[in-house]
Amino acid sequence: MMNFADENFELTEVQKLEGHTDRVWSLAWKPATGTNGAPAVLASCSGDKTIRIWEQSPATGSFHCKAVLEDTHTRTVRSCAWSPSGKLLATASFDATTAIWEDVGGDFSCVSTLEGHENEVKSVSWNASGSLLATCGRDKSVWIWEVLPHNEFECVSVLQGHTQDVKMVQWHPATDILFSCSYDNSIKVWAEDGDSDDWHCVQTLNESSSGHTSTVWALSFNASGDKMVSCSDDLTIKIWGCDIMRMLSGDGNAPWTHICTLSGYHDRTIFSIHWSREGIICSGAADDAIRFFVESEDGLVNGPSYKLLYKKDKAHEMDVNAVQWSSTENRRLASASDDGTVKIWEFVSASGKKKLQL
Amino acid sequence: YVRDIRDPEHPYSLEQLSVLSEESITVDEKLGRILITFTPTIQHCSMATVIGLCLREKLKDHFPHHFKVDIKVAPGSHANEESVNKQLNDKERVAAALENPNLRQLVEECLYSSEL
Repeated sequence: MMNFADENFELTEVQKLEGHTDRVWSLAWKPATGTNGAPAVLASCSGDKTIRIWEQSPATGSFHCKAVLEDTHTRTVRSCAWSPSGKLLATASFDATTAIWEDVGGDFSCVSTLEGHENEVKSVSWNASGSLLATCGRDKSVWIWEVLPHNEFECVSVLQGHTQDVKMVQWHPATDILFSCSYDNSIKVWAEDGDSDDWHCVQTLNESSSGHTSTVWALSFNASGDKMVSCSDDLTIKIWGCDIMRMLSGDGNAPWTHICTLSGYHDRTIFSIHWSREGIICSGAADDAIRFFVESEDGLVNGPSYKLLYKKDKAHEMDVNAVQWSSTENRRLASASDDGTVKIWEFVSASGKKKLQL
Repeated sequence: YVRDIRDPEHPYSLEQLSVLSEESITVDEKLGRILITFTPTIQHCSMATVIGLCLREKLKDHFPHHFKVDIKVAPGSHANEESVNKQLNDKERVAAALENPNLRQLVEECLYSSEL
């Protein structure tokens, strides 16, 4: 594994995608695209109530807007997520619904609408196998939906526990354990009771567990799923770890513990965080900057530590709301901003550049 | 520019009620940061969040869009200071609130009223 800390990196802008007429809240790379002949595809969602699908042209390498999904959501679209197969796109909206879209021969159509939340839905996430969907919102609840044949969805659980607005839900990459983070400053872990198929909260990571002291906006897992990173309005990023073997053996009660807190790097709210498959953590913040962190190989006795690898000031003209690494191109990143644009970036190392020049 | 915002509970302008005085706006032009502190007329003023929303909307057009605006109630001036400040500075909550037609109308009435 490459020691990133020894390299000099820079973030180069590949393209700026314009089209949305309001802030862009979130984006999602379509799985299994951008490799093996399938052109890269990205979905973005906005305060303009639409979702835009962007596709990279194999000939020119530039992205163009392939589709605008409109006239469905009646309010801000806050979050979007592709199913693991890429066949479906789920979009969560302030209009209290979650729409499911299917690409039918180049045309996207809304094949299902999930209702139930009392008000704004803020996040949607598919589990690793695509058999379950989770949503959350300002009504403080987390909903789990089962994916049935013929684009049918059935709610299997409504999870109460958070005492405030739930900002994001994210399934663990390797097992059906659900994580949520909230305006109540905590992260909650939800698992199914082996026998009864009842979902319940198995752990709460709050201030008393070295957790955040203000709204937790997002979380992300490393490739192996034994670590999680969270970001917050408290201006810190926290790394958490668990006993992965225990968790993968089906023990939903395997506890998560605090490993490290990265403070002093951000001076405004951190809205988004994403851990790349190679281990680079990327953050998007309200100071318009994008930052990159990696585990430091300094071998401290107290356990792993993390260092800032690179900071891109003025990555956007306004707040960065979302950052996401491509699932297929290891150094490709997309970001979304209040400035109404999506940007595609390459995170290039000095040695990488030298190779290209040869 | 913030002087003529009308406090929803009272027909007078905010400045006339001494709710807001110019000294409570701090602008850091270099960093592009604005801090507004305002004092609601009563300690338990339930309209504190609406007043905060009005201030934010009013100022949106007066500064370059990359300026960051923080709004807080003046320390000690409200019983639920922390809770009000947290709501007023959560931009997702602000955005959702302003999409609520009733609240939107209230905010607009406050902004554009030129009574008195």
